[in-house]
Amino acid sequence: MLSGIPLFPEQASTLASEVDNLYFFVTAVTAFFALLVVVLVIIFAVKYRDPTGEKVGAPITGSIPLELGWSIIPFFISMAIFGWATIVFFHLVRAPDQTLEVYSTGKRWMWRFQHIDGQSEINQLHVPLGRPVKVIFTSEDVLHSLYMPAFRVKADAIPGRYSSVWFTPTKVGEYHLFCAEYCGTKHSGMIGSVVVMEPNDYQTWLSGGGGMSMAARGEQLFQQLGCVGCHLKDGSGRGPSLAGKYGVQETLASGATVTIDDTYIRESILTPQMKLVAGYGPVMPTFQGLVNEQGLMSLIEFIKSLPPSGQPAAAQASAAAPAAAPAQGGPR
Amino acid sequence: MSNGLAAHADPHGHAHHPALQHHFQTLDQQHEAATLGMWVFLVTEVMFFGGLLMAYLLYRVWYPEAWSEGSLELDIRLGGFNTVVLIASSLTMALGVRAAQTGAQRTTVRWLLLTMALGLTFLVVKFFEYKEKWDLNHIPGPNFVFEGPQEMSDHLQIFFSLYFGLTGLHALHMVIGVSILSVITWMAHRRRFTPEWYTPVEISGLYWHFVDIVWIFLFPLLYLVDRAHQLG
Amino acid sequence: MTTTVLPRVTYVNVRHSVASWLLTKDHKRIGILYLIVVSIAFLLGGIFAVGVRIELTTPQGDFVSADTYNRLFTMHGVFMVFFVLVPVVPAVLGNFAMPLMIGAKDVAFPRINLLSWYVFVTGFLFTLTAMVTGGVDTGWTFYTPYSSSASNSNVMLTGVGVFITGFSSILTGLNFMVTIHRMRAPGLTWFRLPLFVWAIYATSLVMILATPVIAITVGMMALERALGFGIFDPRLGGDPVLFQHLFWFYSHPAVYIMILPPMGVISEVIACFSRKNIFGYSFVAFSSLAIAVFGFLVWAHHLFVSGISPYSAMVFSFLSFAVAIPSAVKTFNWTATLYQGAIWWRAPMMWVFGFLGLFLVGGLTGLFLASLGLDVHLHDTYFVVAHFHYIMVGGAIMGYFAGLHYWWPKMTGKMFSNSMAMLAALLVFVGFNLTFFPQFILGYLGMPRRYHAYSEEFQVLNVLSSAGASILAVGYSLIAAYLLYSLWRGEEAGANPWKATGLEWQIESPPPPDNFAVTPIVNEGAYEYSKREIKVV
Repeated sequence: MLSGIPLFPEQASTLASEVDNLYFFVTAVTAFFALLVVVLVIIFAVKYRDPTGEKVGAPITGSIPLELGWSIIPFFISMAIFGWATIVFFHLVRAPDQTLEVYSTGKRWMWRFQHIDGQSEINQLHVPLGRPVKVIFTSEDVLHSLYMPAFRVKADAIPGRYSSVWFTPTKVGEYHLFCAEYCGTKHSGMIGSVVVMEPNDYQTWLSGGGGMSMAARGEQLFQQLGCVGCHLKDGSGRGPSLAGKYGVQETLASGATVTIDDTYIRESILTPQMKLVAGYGPVMPTFQGLVNEQGLMSLIEFIKSLPPSGQPAAAQASAAAPAAAPAQGGPR
Repeated sequence: MSNGLAAHADPHGHAHHPALQHHFQTLDQQHEAATLGMWVFLVTEVMFFGGLLMAYLLYRVWYPEAWSEGSLELDIRLGGFNTVVLIASSLTMALGVRAAQTGAQRTTVRWLLLTMALGLTFLVVKFFEYKEKWDLNHIPGPNFVFEGPQEMSDHLQIFFSLYFGLTGLHALHMVIGVSILSVITWMAHRRRFTPEWYTPVEISGLYWHFVDIVWIFLFPLLYLVDRAHQLG
Repeated sequence: MTTTVLPRVTYVNVRHSVASWLLTKDHKRIGILYLIVVSIAFLLGGIFAVGVRIELTTPQGDFVSADTYNRLFTMHGVFMVFFVLVPVVPAVLGNFAMPLMIGAKDVAFPRINLLSWYVFVTGFLFTLTAMVTGGVDTGWTFYTPYSSSASNSNVMLTGVGVFITGFSSILTGLNFMVTIHRMRAPGLTWFRLPLFVWAIYATSLVMILATPVIAITVGMMALERALGFGIFDPRLGGDPVLFQHLFWFYSHPAVYIMILPPMGVISEVIACFSRKNIFGYSFVAFSSLAIAVFGFLVWAHHLFVSGISPYSAMVFSFLSFAVAIPSAVKTFNWTATLYQGAIWWRAPMMWVFGFLGLFLVGGLTGLFLASLGLDVHLHDTYFVVAHFHYIMVGGAIMGYFAGLHYWWPKMTGKMFSNSMAMLAALLVFVGFNLTFFPQFILGYLGMPRRYHAYSEEFQVLNVLSSAGASILAVGYSLIAAYLLYSLWRGEEAGANPWKATGLEWQIESPPPPDNFAVTPIVNEGAYEYSKREIKVV
């Protein structure tokens, strides 16, 4: 029975061992100081014990060297921990350039995962071993948080905004997925699993159906909602051409520059007047209420897939052919 | 710090000023404590308004067009008039404190009454401003109506939430201020204040000036956003 | 001829009517009034905790429904944070002892002191009403949008209760600040002040500056909920994370409100029971101020995974490490105080030893959470729960009990059973560690907090934790028992049973209504144990 009690989580991603090494270091440092003080307190309490209560202690009031010592040394140790921890943090939040993207929305009380090839899953996420995966997600209602302990990653899902986590799985298996931000009645039921598969098994699973890819679905929406009417490919329409625009820096009417990323695209569809590109008038209507979060993500995938005008169409971004996928150099 | 010497063994054994509370040694110490207390209280008030002002700051940076538009919807004449009224009331308040300090009892009462009247004027004008907003359906919430793009309307709701939050909180402080002044005016009328002790008048004055200063911040922040642009 | 000796007049027996207590302006009586309400709140919060721990002995949610569980942990937090931890040491011990320690007859504004108690009780009653009419389930942190638009519970009532109670804190802080500035006895310069007074002063600074922000934040959240104001509503372009910034701008300094006064108690008790001057007096005094100031600069370490920029996170992480240093300085100074002392093992000192061990663990585990790379994994897990309970219960509550036991003879004129008290301290120490240490492990394993049901493999550690909680419950009940018993059957304490320095020990126990018949004049530092013979009255 005792052997079955886990006391330490599995390491299932490249990030996990980094985080754990930092953890061991901090544990060692803090354990050292804790033990030091506890041992000293016990020794002093016993050695200088006076059961009568009548004696007085030595007339010592302080020591500047000691004060400086035990302020400065802990400060430097803290800075070392801070430095190391910050480096690990930047590894955690900065995804590599090439990742396999999965979109997700959390809502009370489930997680929906949308693969770009079209499969969607509820409360379960299939990923291939050994490839960096980036999950881009938001919430449809209140705050949630996507947490996968075995990978040591977590980020809050905030309504109205995109968050992301990334990881490279290193071990085949099934791992916990938890909601880690209290969201009401079934908060503790908003859980699932991440299934890490051998690349071949993953291919098999992928081809098991799912229908239209996200980009194709996005293209469909682009037609249905009428976007194609203004956003002509050659730029002669009332709105700018979107070809090859993903990841590009644009100048706004206000003079500021902005990078065309997931967040910008989502904002432009829902609140188009806020960050108008220079040279275009405020004519785009809002699509709030006309397209849901999944639709938005599909549109983003579609726009990502558009090659710059004049170039041949790039091979469709797909999980099956990572080498051919265009560089997905978006911000987090 | 005043140095009280070995004090009275019998608290009622010798005469002291009727206003001296028994836990203080001297009237001077008591006065310093009361003044320090009011200043500390005013610092808490700064923090209280500060929370709303932080929210204001964030959204003004995010939604400058809505701020511009929302500010236009406020009546600058009424707001300006109220600003003059409040500044005048601070003057009358200061004169009232001065009168109390010099023992001019009747003058004190008059200045205090005038201050209250000006404060009430401010509140009446505010009432009419709010009423206009009510009639135009500019109160944020399910009944909010604004002709224009949806996102402007949404962001305007935030503007108006902060407008009502800030001016409402300010108006509440005005109501409290007028109530306090009515008590102080009554006390002055009953000749409770002398040049040796007029502390309540002084600290009420501090409170009143503070509420005035808050308005001096709120007026430009709410009524004068981008006005130059509108005029040009 | 017989002479009748009249019983000495104390603040307790000077008048007996209920009205004389409910309309008192005596800081000592007000301290007792706070003690009663805070103790009721502690009992309620404890009952909710028992409910939570019973549920968590099994992985399934089978003791209560999910909605009930969510209300249990929320109300546990609300009562413990706002009605126990924030007021307990300042409003109970601070009110009672601080004016005595500075040689004053009362606080600067006795009527405002009484008002602050009534405000406290009003807030308490609102929150109690919220509890009995269905409870609230948002977590004590009230995050939007759940609290402002989705929760079906008594958010408004609780919000109003918390809002009102905040003013009690503000009034108390204001009163204490002015008292310490203006009412110290002649000769009592700042650097002769007992460290408890420094701690209360630093705490008052925080109470004054931080509390108004929670008031306005809860106010905004309530307005949003009631009237549809859109400040935090993402559907209108509002920012739900803004709530978190505003909330934690108060709530982080609030934890220093909770820990600074108990730290002050530790300084008093450790000096007395080591019969020695505090090592590094001015460093301990200044560290209280440093903690108060730095405490305002770290709030966003609660938002590391809420979408703030990594650069912003770096700044707050750095500052969070910085704020740990003054606490470390205090801990080392206390340890050094024991060196070559004459350590008298009595109940108050046992609580000090417990504090030193537990606060140490709590404070050091804060470093894990300040570390960005670790916080991503640990945020919103049981690691955080363990960390803050080590500080709040292992630190603040233990410090409170140290002070309660230390000043109990002064407050009541009675001694409690020392052996019972030592036993209770031991039970609490053991029970506490058993309850909360497994939670560090659970946290790193990945068990999220606020979970009604959990994954099977977490069960054994949860059972250990619940077992510890039952020992804690016994320990706390024992304290109530022997303290109450001492009122009835305790030995007469006399003016200075601990042979301590300090002005409060120069007058009788319980003190007379006006404290000092003759205003004392001070001409030496606070802890001159080694210098002089201690008078035992």
